[in-house]
Amino acid sequence: MEKWENNKAWFLVLPVFLIVAFSAIIPLMTVVNYSVQDIFGPGNAVFVGTEWFEEVLRDTRLHDALGRQFLFSGLVLLIEIPLGILVALAMPKRGWGVSASLITLALPLLIPWNVIGTIWIIFTRPDIGLFGVAVNGLDLLSVPFDHTARPIYAWITLMAMEVWHWTPLVALLCYAGLRAIPEAYYQAAKIDGASALAVFRYIQLPKMRGVLTIAVLLRFMDSFLIYAEPFALTGGGPGNTTTFLSIYLVKIAVGQFDLGPAAAFSLIYFLIVLLLSFIFYQVLLNVGKGEKR
Amino acid sequence: MARIDMQEVAHSYRPKTQTLHEYALKRIHMTWEDGGAYALLGPSGCGKTTLLNIISGLLKPSQGKVLYDGGDVTGLPPEQRNIAQVFQFPVLYDTMSVFDNLAFPLRNRGVTADRIRQRVREVAEMLDLDSVLNKKAAGLSADAKQKISLGRGLVRSDVAAILFDEPLTVIDPHLKWQLRRKLKEIHERFHLTMIYVTHDQVEAMTFADTIVVMYEGEVVQVGTPEELYEMPKHKFVGYFIGSPGMNFLPCTLEGLFARVNGTMIPLDERTANLARRASGKLELGIRPMHLELHAQAVADAFPVGILTVEDQGASRIVTLALNGQMVRARVPEEHLVPQQKAWLRFPPEKTRLFADGRLVE
Repeated sequence: MEKWENNKAWFLVLPVFLIVAFSAIIPLMTVVNYSVQDIFGPGNAVFVGTEWFEEVLRDTRLHDALGRQFLFSGLVLLIEIPLGILVALAMPKRGWGVSASLITLALPLLIPWNVIGTIWIIFTRPDIGLFGVAVNGLDLLSVPFDHTARPIYAWITLMAMEVWHWTPLVALLCYAGLRAIPEAYYQAAKIDGASALAVFRYIQLPKMRGVLTIAVLLRFMDSFLIYAEPFALTGGGPGNTTTFLSIYLVKIAVGQFDLGPAAAFSLIYFLIVLLLSFIFYQVLLNVGKGEKR
Repeated sequence: MARIDMQEVAHSYRPKTQTLHEYALKRIHMTWEDGGAYALLGPSGCGKTTLLNIISGLLKPSQGKVLYDGGDVTGLPPEQRNIAQVFQFPVLYDTMSVFDNLAFPLRNRGVTADRIRQRVREVAEMLDLDSVLNKKAAGLSADAKQKISLGRGLVRSDVAAILFDEPLTVIDPHLKWQLRRKLKEIHERFHLTMIYVTHDQVEAMTFADTIVVMYEGEVVQVGTPEELYEMPKHKFVGYFIGSPGMNFLPCTLEGLFARVNGTMIPLDERTANLARRASGKLELGIRPMHLELHAQAVADAFPVGILTVEDQGASRIVTLALNGQMVRARVPEEHLVPQQKAWLRFPPEKTRLFADGRLVE
């Protein structure tokens, strides 16, 4: 076969190029543009080079927010992934229970995110909330429960909300992964005399690798970028104790209208998420693949 | 090793079964002798796998009992029965090395490390897996994977039986032949009870001493390859074994003759007497290989028209028209096939009669 020499074929790539340009490259470049200028007003901007980046990287409040963010995402992964696997393992495999549990699990995923924050505000209110009233009624806490009162209460409420909201996603993914395991694996394990633990360790967990990779990536990215729920629930308080990166970013960009630092911050934020997602992906893809001596 | 008895075993996958037709297995009553090499032969969906799963304990039969050496194991799960089973598609523990895969059934039973190492080495040697023992099982080719599955079946030396559920489906043809030979060799060396499920008659005949033919949830015949060929007890065995399958012609009995569309085909006396006592729809059955094709008229031969001749190398398959009935005959290579018209003889000693699909006897 002769090679077809017609470079006009490249024009076929044009629609995709345009879509990607409008959806990703052009908005991102405006942020890059802002990040290297000091803007005083329309038509009044000064080029400042890397100054904003240096300032943002030295900002101790940003360091604190980053630390909080890591703690939050770490806790989210540590709780939601194992819990999601457990829920998936406990779900019924046939009969009416399948649809019932799938629908129940999917419900939290269908609620708008800021509504979730509002639901939990009401749920945990010490005066009318079911949870708040119930816990305080037990009279076990030295300081009555109120998520605005103490950082630890705010964090507990946030974590409870986050786990309630997103564990179903992990569970649904794991359930799909479990259902995809052919029956012959379980049969072979029975013939081989494997214990339930061995079945989990050597069949179910390895076969869930794909869906778990997706679950970890999604949960990491989403929790690292979380905004609406803590904004609705705590607004970043008490003090700054639940001010995560995106909340802090919005404070700078919209609250103080410091577009330059906010842009520099956005880019750094974006690169952190990209880098960590890449590392997670590589690690999960290659874990347990090496050859034994 | 053990003798396995199946007493009045029947199974239905539906909880409340009314009619016999709904049973995946209908009344199986038979014995698998200790140390036998059996092939379980039948078309897809005839209940072969169901029967195998009942023997291994993956399935509890709706009715009847399974005995190992006389002891009732019907209620026991597979891990307490000490049985090995190899499945149609390779089942591997992906994260383990080949060695660990082979050792897994032994480790689960608390066998000592020394003994495990020794057994795994023996099995790996038998199956030519020694070179990949330390590799991850996941990265190997499909046939190496299936060899590992076979190896896990063979690694325990004390099992009651090893059950193979069409284990060579995913293997390339030339390797298939090698592995089958290997299994046969292993059987001859260790006298393990082996039950080999297949829907391929050649595979069944090369592997087994005894073939168990199943059809629609029933065992229709148990016998050696010769018995199945010469004396099929069921119309299905006639069809399924041999290529092409047996000819079947609807007939009526008239004295010592079977009347097929006005042609009077002579029978031997025994067959005719047995058929007289049989009830149901009568059919005459004869192997294509047993039909005699003559160029001239001979005694007891009937004129036939030749429709097609198919050359198969060592022999030819000739399709004939006998009074409007299609009949196929297998003619050896050296034998000349007459043009258009010929005379067909049914040797009475090879001509069988079937009543309602079953051999008259």
